Amino acid sequence: MNVLIILVPVSLILACLGLAGFLWTLRHRQYEDLDGDAWRILVEDDHIDKDD
Amino acid sequence: MTMSACPACDAAPYAQEIAGRKSADGDIILSLPGIHCAGCIGTVERSLKATKGVQDARVNLSRKRVTITAKGMQADPLIDVLAQAGYEAHALDAPMLSTVDADAKGRMLLIRLGVAGFAMMNVMLFSVAVWSGAALATQQMFHWLSALIAVPALFFSAQVFFQNAWVALRVGRLNMDVPISLAIILAAGLSVYETSIGGEAVYFDAALSLTFFLLIGRYLDHRTRIAARSAAQELSALASPNALRLNGDIHETVPLTELQVGDLIRVLVGMRVPVDGEITNGTSDTDRSFLTGESLPVRVQQGSVIAAGEVNLTGPFTLKVSQVGEDTTLARMARLVENAEGARNKYTALADRAAQIYAPAVHLLALITFLGWLFLSSDVGLALNIAISVLIITCPCALGLAVPAVMTTATGRLFRRGLLVKNGTALERLAEVDAVVFDKTGTLTEGHAKINTDAMDAVSLSVLAALARASHHPVSRAIAAALPASILPAELTDVTEHSGKGIAAKWKGQTIRLGRDDWVGATSSPAIRIGDTLAVPLTFSETLRDGAADAVKRLQERGIPVYIFSGDTEDAVAGLARKLGVMQARARMQPNDKLNEIKAMSDTGAKVLMIGDGLNDTAALAQAYASISPASALDASRAASDIVLLGRSLAEIPNAIATAKSARKRVIENFSIAAGYNFIAVPVAILGYASPLAAAIAMSASSITVLLNALRVR
Repeated sequence: MNVLIILVPVSLILACLGLAGFLWTLRHRQYEDLDGDAWRILVEDDHIDKDD
Repeated sequence: MTMSACPACDAAPYAQEIAGRKSADGDIILSLPGIHCAGCIGTVERSLKATKGVQDARVNLSRKRVTITAKGMQADPLIDVLAQAGYEAHALDAPMLSTVDADAKGRMLLIRLGVAGFAMMNVMLFSVAVWSGAALATQQMFHWLSALIAVPALFFSAQVFFQNAWVALRVGRLNMDVPISLAIILAAGLSVYETSIGGEAVYFDAALSLTFFLLIGRYLDHRTRIAARSAAQELSALASPNALRLNGDIHETVPLTELQVGDLIRVLVGMRVPVDGEITNGTSDTDRSFLTGESLPVRVQQGSVIAAGEVNLTGPFTLKVSQVGEDTTLARMARLVENAEGARNKYTALADRAAQIYAPAVHLLALITFLGWLFLSSDVGLALNIAISVLIITCPCALGLAVPAVMTTATGRLFRRGLLVKNGTALERLAEVDAVVFDKTGTLTEGHAKINTDAMDAVSLSVLAALARASHHPVSRAIAAALPASILPAELTDVTEHSGKGIAAKWKGQTIRLGRDDWVGATSSPAIRIGDTLAVPLTFSETLRDGAADAVKRLQERGIPVYIFSGDTEDAVAGLARKLGVMQARARMQPNDKLNEIKAMSDTGAKVLMIGDGLNDTAALAQAYASISPASALDASRAASDIVLLGRSLAEIPNAIATAKSARKRVIENFSIAAGYNFIAVPVAILGYASPLAAAIAMSASSITVLLNALRVR
């Protein structure tokens, strides 16, 4: 059962990372144009500004 | 409604904003119904960025719109740029298009959803361990860990429900959020208590999954609500705030409120007439499409009666004021629209109607359970425990998802077909529609008329084109626009405009005239005469909008009667009605007539869908049970309607009704699914057999079933 002392914090930390990641994507407006972003990969000459 | 007695006062700050159709930070947002691929994104952004004055342009493909940063530019030239690039664009009201994801409330809901989801998954993990046999110290530790995660997460995530419930309770009413909040608080409280005494009945996972699924519902619901602007305010914003008063020989600009009946005011070219009155001096043409729906300008002269809102097109005139303020035609129309809008706001959404029955029933059931167990066992703790488990199980988890999940699927589906649903209850109302009323000009037909070219040969057509293009008179411009672009204009000399009569020129030594019937010598206006040949009157014919015939036919096949209400002449309306096979067509209808007719139909129990675009339709659009307007419609009409048709074709309208019906069916199915789960789970809970495991499973299973069922909307 001692393994729990490591595994429980590990699972909690991993989940916290997931949550932090979700909040980060939200703050960077990554859910605003799901269809468009998928297509934009194919646009060659488009210098998409990275500053936002 | 927070409108004061003077709609124009409320509207004044809007006027500026409407004029530019800009978002809060000055960006121009255009709707692009036709874009669908990477190529479109590239073309649209490149052509816009190449335009002088445009700093940035960013396409959003999911929402089919482009946000343009261009300081000091108006939307119209940018629409032209896009038209040349081959894309249809419309300027829609900025609040209607506001990026729902970007708004603070939606983002906050997503963050709460994320936190609830995170906590739910972790607590579930511990619960699985407990269910599969962890005991004693391990079980105790897992319960405490769950509490540590769940209590703060619930405190943060479920606040939305607590706040709404508190608002309702404070005014002594019950809404869906009251049982939800009660279940969450009681479940968390009971679980903390059980954990502290080392008990078994720990409901953290149920409380969290409840919060998680309900937040999904809340977020979807938030997305389907589009900030709507009052059509009455849009109308009032059309009134000009100032007038040019004649005081002897002096022109002075005075605010509208200072005008009195009998004052003389000067109306310059391009101005909107501020008040009703009679012309005492001057001749001109005015655009009164907002009253009559007629797109050709009207000739006015001394003695003509002018209504507020008409636009002076060709010459300045002096007006003797006959009606001011609240009595002008425009203000009366705004009032009609306001009343009609107020009546529609009384519609109660299906979900609210369900909540009105459900919330008291749930509380009553829990109370009866508590009293019953208290009577049977005389154990307050046990009775309380079972009553709480009843509340948790009956908590309207699936019910909270039943409507928003379906509405999101349906509005998404309609959006992909070019219909923007502005209002959460619009689809519910659309599903019940049993009569459809079309406006004619601009709705069933394209807004601009075409000239009948059959009666003329190629030579006279090219002369006509040259003459029409030489003049800036609105009628000439309408003629020029109505001619096919392929016609090459002839070479003309000595072009002279004859005010109030028409335009004349020389062509190969012959005199040609285009203008009024008496001046040209024809039977009707406008007409053209080349040399000594017979004068040819020009007749306009309207081109049917794409899909109009198809839409009417399919509506009639489904047994929905179709009507045409038009402000146009009998001949024009009857011709179109025959072409479309519509029996009930009415002509020469004033805005009031349309409104009253729809009111009369509603009084006999009909649920009318009104489809129109003009200002003269606005009141009728607001009065009808449901309403649709094309994207080319005026701001006020779009504001008054539930659904905006972004594409050109009307063929989607029968499909929209079908989708609305299908959505309604799914909503009712979802209610039955939710009720079915309760039907099984509630007796179990009342009898005291509900375990936390059963509660969590019932909650998740019913929510997922409801979500999956929502995807079946066609």
